[in-house]
Amino acid sequence: MAGNISDPIIRVRDVSVQFGTTKVLDGLSLDVKRGEILGFVGPSGAGKSVLTRTIIGLVPKIGGSIEVFGVDLDAADTAARRAVERRWGVLFQQGALFSSLTVRQNIQFPVREYLDVSQRLLDEITIAKLGMVGLPPEVANRYPSELSGGMIKRVALARALALDPELVFLDEPTSGLDPIGAGEFDDLVRTLQRTLGLTVFMVTHDLDSLHTACDRIAVLGNGKIIAAGSMADMLASQHPWLRAYFHGKRARAVVG
Amino acid sequence: MDDSPTLEQITRGDGLALCAAGPWTARFAPVLEQIIADAEKLTGSRPNIFIDVSQVSRLDTFGAWLIERLRRSLTQGNVEAKIAGLSLNYSSLVDEVRRVPPAGPPPVRQNALISLLEDVGRNVVGFGSTLTGLIGMLGAVLAASGRVMRHPRSFRLISTVHHLEQVCWRAVPIVVLITFLIGCIISQQGIFHFRKFGADIFVVDMLGVLVLREIGVLLVAIMVAGRSGSAYTAELGSMKMREEIDALRTMGFDPIEVLILPRMLALVIALPILAFLGAVAALYGGGLVAWLYGGVQPEAFLIRLRDAISIDHFVVGMIKAPVMAAMIGIVACVEGLAVQGSAESLGQHTTSSVVKGIFFVIVMDGVFAIFFASIGM
Repeated sequence: MAGNISDPIIRVRDVSVQFGTTKVLDGLSLDVKRGEILGFVGPSGAGKSVLTRTIIGLVPKIGGSIEVFGVDLDAADTAARRAVERRWGVLFQQGALFSSLTVRQNIQFPVREYLDVSQRLLDEITIAKLGMVGLPPEVANRYPSELSGGMIKRVALARALALDPELVFLDEPTSGLDPIGAGEFDDLVRTLQRTLGLTVFMVTHDLDSLHTACDRIAVLGNGKIIAAGSMADMLASQHPWLRAYFHGKRARAVVG
Repeated sequence: MDDSPTLEQITRGDGLALCAAGPWTARFAPVLEQIIADAEKLTGSRPNIFIDVSQVSRLDTFGAWLIERLRRSLTQGNVEAKIAGLSLNYSSLVDEVRRVPPAGPPPVRQNALISLLEDVGRNVVGFGSTLTGLIGMLGAVLAASGRVMRHPRSFRLISTVHHLEQVCWRAVPIVVLITFLIGCIISQQGIFHFRKFGADIFVVDMLGVLVLREIGVLLVAIMVAGRSGSAYTAELGSMKMREEIDALRTMGFDPIEVLILPRMLALVIALPILAFLGAVAALYGGGLVAWLYGGVQPEAFLIRLRDAISIDHFVVGMIKAPVMAAMIGIVACVEGLAVQGSAESLGQHTTSSVVKGIFFVIVMDGVFAIFFASIGM
């Protein structure tokens, strides 16, 4: 089941997604390799979140195939799907914390469902996860409505990591964070990737994140991947959008 | 490939090595917890205990934390426990969990009697603040309507018409259907029982008075509280949750004027119309049953109805309707604005909007009954 190390952990082939008459994704293919941090960029409204949601299975596709951990999610039965879902964690753009549960309950929710462990271990793991995302233990008893935007992101990450998944999807994790917080977030993702062997699929607009955290960058345009490769490849590319993106005024400060 | 995790005890001189092996991951957390609980019993049994993790095939936060927990409980005695054989990959993870503070004491449980008293106190205060909240909202709505009357241009006609469509036009089918059925039932029951005294025809009196004075308006008000009151609370509540109401305020709009006044006005216009239609439907249904079941000819029914009821009965119903509508609207808006950040809170306030709405409608009905009786209407 683990497969070859070089096998892609996510294999997207010719995926098309249509909303009404607008084709958002048009025959898109993408591989995410085991243990890498893939940064996914593209103009606003190009369908980055749509691809993420399609891979997770929240948006129906009209064609193509998606394999995660070598399992074709269309062909898989419920049990196989569950097994895959247990191995990934998702950080939604708005956090999507359960508003009627405390932070502690939010983080414990997936663990409680899948593992039969004592309340003591649950509480300890919750504090450990909160510590990993840089939050003090006192936060555990608050409700999501009592948290700041940055804290919501961190708690949502802690929840996504609750079951120690092998793959995490991060939808704009650093948007709305202050630059220091965003930098810490990048370091955190890096550390987790190193220690847990995490594979990260990260939709982001943060050039710093792309620069410091990501191993590889994929660019979405016109419903397809227009480029994929390292930061150096992106900088060398002659594609007009890529030039504007990576050589623009905001980029110069980062790339130098 | 996945064998289960183990923790072997190996004696080395005066010391004891606990050799962890296999996958120490979340999947095996229940097993690991048991292993750790057993190993914790060794605390203080040897002067020198250390944990060897060199054979661990995979480690994640759960495994790392459980090893750290074991280390801590072994250290608490007079022996210092160490972790040996940590590979470079995992050391940062172990460092990470080492920073986890020890668990605080569990929260103290309160005495059941005290918490009961606390609940009673909170409910009493809550009831008081509900009343002041309602009066406050009534005042705010009246003040806003005063402002709108002085500056008619700020009146939101489109919004009012939109809400009128929602609460009036779209409610017509269900209101007419239900009042029709209730009219049928009243008539059938009346005939069934009055027949024993040979007083079939008096069913018309009962139907007329009951429908025009009480049932028509009360039933419709209860339906409107359930249908539109809950919708108002849910709309305003989710707007409150998403800071839309704060946004309105910062743009210099008064939420009462923009959101609540059109809704209130729509409801105050809608309820008399619905009550009128409901009364017509109920009389129609009652008349139909009286004819088909009781053999009262339509002509006889109409003549009897004209004799039995006066315009007063109809006026009483119509006077009550807008007051009840205002009551429902104010309760719904107060509850909507009281919603806190969570989905649960939205549900609670929507429920209490309907419950309180119906409660106040019935209380108002009682007050009106006393009032109209004393002025002889």
